Amino acid sequence: MTTVAPPTDVTRAPRTAARNRRRTGRFAPYVYLAPAMTLFTLFLALPIAYAVYLSLRATKVSGLGLGAGAKTEVWAGFDNYARALSDPDFIASVVRVGLYGLLLVPTMLGLALVFALLLDARRTGAKSFSRVSIFLPYAVPAVIASLLWGFLYLPRVSPFYYVFDLIGWDAPQILSSQLVIFAIANIGLWGGVGFNMIVIYTALKAIPSELYEAARLDGASELQVAWRVKVPIVTPSLILTFLFSMIATLQVFAEPMTLRPLTNTISTTWSPLMKVYRDAFVRDDIYSAAATSVIIALATFVLSFGFLRLVQRRAFSQENS
Amino acid sequence: MTASTLARPAARPADLKPTVRFRTERRSPLATGVLLLGAVYCLLPVVWVLVAATKNSAELFSTFTFAPSTHLWSNIQELSAYRGGLFWRWMANTALYAGVGGLLSVTVSAMAGYGLAKFQFVGKKATFNIILAGVLVPGVILAIPQYLLLAEVGLTNTYWSVLLPSVISPYGIYLARIYAAASVPDDVIEAARTDGAKEWRIFTQIATPMMIPGLVTVFLFQFVAIWNNFMLPYIMLGDDKLFPITVGLSGLLNQGATQPAMYTAVITGALLSILPLVALFLTLQRYWQVDLAAGAVKA
Repeated sequence: MTTVAPPTDVTRAPRTAARNRRRTGRFAPYVYLAPAMTLFTLFLALPIAYAVYLSLRATKVSGLGLGAGAKTEVWAGFDNYARALSDPDFIASVVRVGLYGLLLVPTMLGLALVFALLLDARRTGAKSFSRVSIFLPYAVPAVIASLLWGFLYLPRVSPFYYVFDLIGWDAPQILSSQLVIFAIANIGLWGGVGFNMIVIYTALKAIPSELYEAARLDGASELQVAWRVKVPIVTPSLILTFLFSMIATLQVFAEPMTLRPLTNTISTTWSPLMKVYRDAFVRDDIYSAAATSVIIALATFVLSFGFLRLVQRRAFSQENS
Repeated sequence: MTASTLARPAARPADLKPTVRFRTERRSPLATGVLLLGAVYCLLPVVWVLVAATKNSAELFSTFTFAPSTHLWSNIQELSAYRGGLFWRWMANTALYAGVGGLLSVTVSAMAGYGLAKFQFVGKKATFNIILAGVLVPGVILAIPQYLLLAEVGLTNTYWSVLLPSVISPYGIYLARIYAAASVPDDVIEAARTDGAKEWRIFTQIATPMMIPGLVTVFLFQFVAIWNNFMLPYIMLGDDKLFPITVGLSGLLNQGATQPAMYTAVITGALLSILPLVALFLTLQRYWQVDLAAGAVKA
């Protein structure tokens, strides 16, 4: 971590300034950080602690389960975790979302990289139109995006089915149980490719052009410059977009929830978060929901840090030079 | 490809400006085509909703998808009349959640980012690491414990229940710290202190204006994130008068499953709801320079 204001520069400043800084600067940083840390504690740290606490509790029903004192909260140890981890619905949702991520993330980042490189290439036309168009879906909330695509998937409304009809082919039922995962991944792709493209494109813009001027003068083709010079330099951006995409994948909720009314192939436990929602609010089993939440959060951390460790050398060797 | 191999360095005048390239003018139809294909894919649903919103519910299911009709105005009127203008209330709620939430969030983030970037203090490293860890916490995982805690203090099903959790953004603080470090020189702060300016005045009158371009980006991030957030309001709110547009429309679509006449309302609503965001987005386009990696390096 780089420290932004090295203490050594006090010596450069006049003595009064140094004294001023010592006198006024002592409480100032805490004042600046107070609102953030208060909200952080109340809406991040406390909920996490509470979720962990709840995940270790359970209700015990005594007697007939009637009356105010019949239900008591008791210590449950790791029962909720054992239950969550052995729940076939949960395992199925994890497998499904894993598959969804395998479909979505490489496609999305691959396309984002290709589009960014094309935007940065010299011989591509229609650049600003394409950049704005591809980035535009980022401005459309996931719910609205799912709603629009949902209609495009509906045989009676969709232009795809209209075209298939005209040529007399049988259109694939995109909302059928086998294909619905592609339908949802497509919505994620549509919403995410432009944002990731902009991230990579920004990184490309930051490359001093002399760097690949040299390669060009040596006779490297545009393709070679892109692959050998540009891609390695934007690798840190790719790593971060991958990380954020992975975290987002684990949290998929709005898309399948919105598509549910249009098809009966999306169960209430389609994604892990949908299961958390169902347990907490439909089944009223907050303890199990809390345990599942903690498991998902831990999985996110393990995956994120594991991935960062794995690529760390690569990511930072580029930048420290 | 051949063009680039033809031009050897020796064959070119040494004083040719790097921006002038005699062989760059030729466009590659393949590259342009691929990019345009991406643009068409991304515009398709937007064009579709533009056309579909002009149809009445019979035409929606009977005419060709991309054949426009003439019912846009009556669709809007019908939607506006739905339960006494509930739709417009949803729009106003969304503007409130995203607008006020975004502004509060950017204020809190700017203060914290400035504090972290420009001061040495006990616990600085720990504070920053905690915030960095917060970036990786899956936000929606928090929704259920947040709901339970807010229920304890009786705040669920109020504007506060959606607004307050949206204000804290570890990522916003992280970005603000980078912008503060990059755009507010230490010398300027020193000089202001020498002149006897109070800390708060230095922050509001000197540092903040320097950070403005970065803060606009933080605001846009937060604005879009809140506008997009579905799970939090979905869980927190029971009263549909408090719904943001996303939760409202998803509810309407649910009704549409049993009465397809509602579909027209949903489609018109979807169009009207994305228009302001698209407009905002096109106006403020130049602020979207998302440099995640540069941030990571400074961390």
